[in-house]
Amino acid sequence: MPVDIYLNVAVGGILTGLVYGLMALGLSVIFGVVRVVNFAHGEMMTMAMYIAVTLFGAFHLDPLVMMVPIAAVMFAFGYLLQVRLINPFVTRPEYMQFLLLVAVAIIIINGLLIIYGPDARNVQTSYSYDSFQIGPLIIDATKLYAGIAAVVVASLLFGFFRYTRHGTAIRACADNYTGALVVGLDVKRLYALTFGVGAACVGAAGTMLLLIFDVTPSAGPAYTLLAFVIVITGGLGSMPGALIGGVLIGFTEAMAGLLFSPSAKSMFAFAILVLVLLLRPQGIMGKRTA
Amino acid sequence: MIARLISDVPPRGLALFGVLLVALIAAPAFAGDYLLTVLIVILYFAYIGQAWNIMMGFVGQLSLGHALYVGLGSYIAAALFVRFGVGPWWGLVVAVPIAAAVGAFIGFLAFRFRVAGVYFAILTIAFAEFARVGFDHLQWTGGSGGLFLPVAQYSYNDVWRLRGHPVMFYYILLAATALAFVLCRALLQSRVGYFWRAIREDEEAARAAGIDTFHYKMIAVVVSAAMTSFAGVIYAFYYNNLFPEQVFHILRSIEIILGPIVGGVGTLFGPILGAFLLTGLAETLTAALAALGIDLPGAKQVFYGVCLLLVVTALPDGVWPWLARRIGLTERKS
Repeated sequence: MPVDIYLNVAVGGILTGLVYGLMALGLSVIFGVVRVVNFAHGEMMTMAMYIAVTLFGAFHLDPLVMMVPIAAVMFAFGYLLQVRLINPFVTRPEYMQFLLLVAVAIIIINGLLIIYGPDARNVQTSYSYDSFQIGPLIIDATKLYAGIAAVVVASLLFGFFRYTRHGTAIRACADNYTGALVVGLDVKRLYALTFGVGAACVGAAGTMLLLIFDVTPSAGPAYTLLAFVIVITGGLGSMPGALIGGVLIGFTEAMAGLLFSPSAKSMFAFAILVLVLLLRPQGIMGKRTA
Repeated sequence: MIARLISDVPPRGLALFGVLLVALIAAPAFAGDYLLTVLIVILYFAYIGQAWNIMMGFVGQLSLGHALYVGLGSYIAAALFVRFGVGPWWGLVVAVPIAAAVGAFIGFLAFRFRVAGVYFAILTIAFAEFARVGFDHLQWTGGSGGLFLPVAQYSYNDVWRLRGHPVMFYYILLAATALAFVLCRALLQSRVGYFWRAIREDEEAARAAGIDTFHYKMIAVVVSAAMTSFAGVIYAFYYNNLFPEQVFHILRSIEIILGPIVGGVGTLFGPILGAFLLTGLAETLTAALAALGIDLPGAKQVFYGVCLLLVVTALPDGVWPWLARRIGLTERKS
């Protein structure tokens, strides 16, 4: 039944892509508001994944349960990072911000290496090998749960930015920095809040992704690049774009892994990136700005 | 020519350059084997840092994919040697133009389609990653299993085939670093150098002033890629083994840029000073940890990270501009 295989792999790729999308959403929110490119994004995610590994080892908590506390921890990390390190850099040239976060990334990667060693880690849940069958379609339980959780968290985030006072204030900062200052918004604190929210996305996404993939300390840069590919494809700063980009990349990677070789899948993601950069630099959902 | 190169260099600057050069020429006579390998690494990073600095420091184009040019240089020269017995200097004649052409291709795409700033940096990473995955699957060069050069004990130094004692590699890299330094100085003083800095400061204004910015940015990419690939050839014949996973990895590209950033982006002494500071301090740290009986893989990199963090927060222009002021060498920020 070769058609079934394609369908199964495609659905699996789309579900994984939703988790990628949540990760990229964090990057997109941070860039859209703070205008800082978080080059330590994937590294922050591996950090969250290792927190999940540690908590799982100590308490055997289900990753779906751990998602909320880990997102909270990452929120605090992101908030402090913005307050302590990044705020003075907001007005510096782009490449200086970039280098600051490269430094953070290097420290996280190798800090994890020192603490956990180079071996791959994962978690085994009671449903690790379960699957659901719907007609000819077989879906891994882990991917389904992870995908659903990613959609739920992303919806909460949309709601936060759309309906709450803080969310509205953050959008105001993103739209007009000077205007936000004039009407008396505490921009520095809102930036910290935004970075925290972006980091919380990564925390939730990382915990979910641990259901699907192993984690190694050196996985960070690949995830950072993946997040960049997704947000640039979807449109940097566009929230729906991040999710759409995530699904697109997840699907492409899965199909490339099936049709060619799993080790070649990142090549296809980069091919999409290069095409988007050259042909539609504002991304699928992005608006063209001068 | 020489008179022009050293015009408006303060005497102290010339003296410093002379003393440094003499000290480095004499160093192998005094250094032990370990120190010599450290010095080789330092010169290697100083040379590549200088090459990278042409793009970032002179023209303001942040490349985070320079491992691509190192990898192309090393893979092409090594494959020609292993497969056809072509010597490294002939390999160089093939590898450098190819790397320059690849640089030109990436530059063409980026500059023609106005991919700038962080997007440009990500594009350069993307191409390095392409190469990494590509070479991983290219069986002709050994794929992910790696490419190995035959290692044999040579009783004499065969410069023509680059087989011999590390001292030989040391002098080759020293000559390359010194030449790169002089070349960069000459470039900065030329018409091209002035146009480059105009583009770096304000590209729109440069274009308005009638500078063909596309053309001059292309020159920078090609020169930088070609110079970097030379270091790749030397790398291949010094280490004798190549793995795509290591050679093209994004962390290699980041290692390349650390030296010039710590030393001072856009300065001539910056890449050299940065390489000495970073590699020197990191090796000291490794030696100290080893002496204490601690084996911590990653400690050196955490140290790099902290250095980068400190430099970008405390000395955003790098260490050299600050040091130059301290020792009374007010080198103009180039």
